Amino acid sequence: MSVVDLVAQVVRIATPYLLAAAGGVIAERSGVISLTLEGFMLGGAFTAALGTYFFHSLALGVLCGIAGGLLLAGIHAGASIRLRADQVVNGIAINLLAVGATRYFLRIAFDSASNSPRIAGFNESPGLVGLVENPLVWAGLLALPVAWLMLNRTAFGLRVRASGEHPEAARSVGVPVGRVQLWAVLWSGALAGLAGVYLALDQHQFSDQMTASRGYIALAAIIFGAWEPLRAGLACLLFAAAETLEIHLQGTSLVPPQVVEMIPYALTIIALAGVVRRVAPPAALGRAQE
Amino acid sequence: MRPLLVTIGLLVALFVALLFVRPRQAAARHGDGPRVGIVFDVGGRGDKSFNDGAWRGAERAARKLGANVRFIEPGDGSDRAAGLRIFASEGMQLVVGVGFIFTDDLIDVAREYPKVDFAGIDFAPKVDKSGHPLPPPPNLVALKFREQEGSFLVGAIAALVGGSKKLGFVGGMDVPLIHKFEAGYRAGVRAVCPDCTVLAQYAGVTPEAFRNPERGKELALSQYQSGVNVIFHASGSTGLGVFEAARAMDKLAIGVDADQYGEAPGHVLTSMVKRVDVAVFDVIREVKEGKFHGGIESLGLKEGGVDYVYDRENARLIPPAVRARVEALRQGIIAGRIQVPDQ
Repeated sequence: MSVVDLVAQVVRIATPYLLAAAGGVIAERSGVISLTLEGFMLGGAFTAALGTYFFHSLALGVLCGIAGGLLLAGIHAGASIRLRADQVVNGIAINLLAVGATRYFLRIAFDSASNSPRIAGFNESPGLVGLVENPLVWAGLLALPVAWLMLNRTAFGLRVRASGEHPEAARSVGVPVGRVQLWAVLWSGALAGLAGVYLALDQHQFSDQMTASRGYIALAAIIFGAWEPLRAGLACLLFAAAETLEIHLQGTSLVPPQVVEMIPYALTIIALAGVVRRVAPPAALGRAQE
Repeated sequence: MRPLLVTIGLLVALFVALLFVRPRQAAARHGDGPRVGIVFDVGGRGDKSFNDGAWRGAERAARKLGANVRFIEPGDGSDRAAGLRIFASEGMQLVVGVGFIFTDDLIDVAREYPKVDFAGIDFAPKVDKSGHPLPPPPNLVALKFREQEGSFLVGAIAALVGGSKKLGFVGGMDVPLIHKFEAGYRAGVRAVCPDCTVLAQYAGVTPEAFRNPERGKELALSQYQSGVNVIFHASGSTGLGVFEAARAMDKLAIGVDADQYGEAPGHVLTSMVKRVDVAVFDVIREVKEGKFHGGIESLGLKEGGVDYVYDRENARLIPPAVRARVEALRQGIIAGRIQVPDQ
């Protein structure tokens, strides 16, 4: 086991976090709570497996995965922006819907309650080559810098930030807050869907609830990163490094695995409680707009 | 307010609909044998494991004993006791709960319906303060498997075939039930290779650890990279990731519960199988023959309750000399010459 193998492992574990966090950070900054990343990811993983299996094409599978995330994001946006439903309640409903719906269609499509048949995937050698040849790994590494550029260097980003910080002021100067939020949520759906695609293609199949809380970890990274894309990216890498460490320390009983599993959530609470430095969420986060 | 209520109402309705509408109802069988109701564990039919095993056993009972079998698949988190109660109140002679999760519900419902017979697959009996298992109600049979015995045999196979002094184990949730698999596996390895070591890792400390294939893959990759050639997994769908790692590294893995050869043909050395089908079939037969009796029934190698897979597909991975040695170990366990630890 070399250093290269270790780094490769960190990047592999971090990729779904990075992709989901890059979408979620935009949605959160626009004022919409990203509790739904988990559901979007699960939906994306399922539709990716479905698309890859039935179209016999990786590219179409990836597109289907993005579409799956978009579909759930559309429902979420419709309910929480258009109909002004409570974003937390609606977010939980979306996540439950994703679990139920994927299970239901898994049964219809493949007559199994547990997993899909085997599908194609990218190069799966566990070393560097496998990483370099997987376009989704590149997408993951670039996603948060792109999110940073989008937020800080584009007109859309300015509108996103305005909508999340002071929607009334934004509206008064003609920013269509609802539409900006809609695009931000759809963007987060597409990227979280892509995170699901990564999981499904890496496993060469979909299995029931395979995301295993990765969406929540991505959300924790956004919060721990103080809603700044680059910091959120570092938080993703930090959480992935902690997991890698835990894998290699297990059995040496230096660190109880319970502690490592707590890390993302414990750090999030510490960040929110302002132990090190007060982090403030976008001022209008979760507030329904008129 | 109104749009919000409408939205939530619609989402809840959709969710509930998805839970209840099933594409295919497990067929009800009509025969003149015993009336049997089976309540599945989470996942239901098609889990390629436990529930499918129970289903196969029931199908066989329907064919051979004329049993009249019906199934309920509770959704995630829904009331399991309700499923048991429905069958008990509908006049079933035998009600089976599949999975340790039914333990408490079975005890309650069995007390409520003393005239109905109950069986719990993987039932986890309560223990008193000094650690002795408390007997279940007289109309309830607790069917437990001695997984450690099957794990012992696959551990021996792994050590004999692996060609490495390091063997791997990937568990799901870090709980005593899974420690049984690890303990048996370790003992099996040690029985044929005293200086071999077992690297045992768990996917987590929550039930999620049983359905995290990506985590299973990373655990397995790191084990293979550290010189392990064979990994035994006892981790539900997390193990699917172990098979993926075996494919990627061209190494071997050992399946669990059901024959998992199909998950990675050529890379699945064998599987430690729990014969849930045998257990279900036998208990239905006992009811039919009027020989049902409650209590704790432990199923191991001797009773045919656990075994390892050796068939046309994987025979080329297990040389005849290994097969002979493992069969000798099996006889040793059955005869009581070898004691297999369970923790």
